[in-house]
Amino acid sequence: MSFRTPLARARGLGSAKEGTGHWVVQRITAIALVPLCLWFVVSVLMLMHADYVTVVNWMHTPWVAVLLVLLVATVYWHACLGLQVVIEDYVHDEWLKLSAIVLIRFISVILTAAGIFVVLRVAFGG
Amino acid sequence: MNTDTRPVSPHLGIYRWQITMTMSIIHRATGIWLAIGTLALVYWLIAAASGPDTYATAHWFFGTWIGQVLMWIWTLCLFYHLCNGIRHLFWDAGLGFRTRTFYITGYSVWVIACVLTALAVIFAYTLGGHP
Repeated sequence: MSFRTPLARARGLGSAKEGTGHWVVQRITAIALVPLCLWFVVSVLMLMHADYVTVVNWMHTPWVAVLLVLLVATVYWHACLGLQVVIEDYVHDEWLKLSAIVLIRFISVILTAAGIFVVLRVAFGG
Repeated sequence: MNTDTRPVSPHLGIYRWQITMTMSIIHRATGIWLAIGTLALVYWLIAAASGPDTYATAHWFFGTWIGQVLMWIWTLCLFYHLCNGIRHLFWDAGLGFRTRTFYITGYSVWVIACVLTALAVIFAYTLGGHP
């Protein structure tokens, strides 16, 4: 049985019943980011004095391109979910909150698409 | 009754300082700062895809003192967020909830994050991929 009044249900306030999915994906992306971030930091350290050709050759390597695509996608997914929680906790104006979350999602998707595109462009030698 | 003026959890004004709350706040702060740092990641990738001249500009920028300082702050934040994130994952699994464990793992996160950052700095300025 439900303890919510019909009015409360109509207003749509309270649990959207989607919180668990958000929480689970935040954790799964976190687990995936542990090896991805460690690999990326080591890679950047190895490449920080390298010239352009070395960097491009590195990105040409299939497994490097795959890991970079995964890194970009996972980082933005994780960041998007994390920033959403921060906004929900501190922004209490409903419209501002909604706008901020939508904006964060748009920026995340755009940067994910851009990141993946440029990695593939280099990987496929465009 | 006016409900808006009632104190709300977590009553920050009356809390005694604890490492747990500080680390929680810093976890969020580093998360936000790292989200901004992803712009540097995408910029670097775009520069690499755009050709030698654009890459040279990016390489020059990351080599300036402000670029270096930003990179090392992001490195420290990443290692902190990564280590403390693992601590969070253990909590999610139901482990590490003793008060003593909170303190041990909390200080360990700081030590490990600082050591890893120091190792990265040392590697970068001594061995680090010098041609």
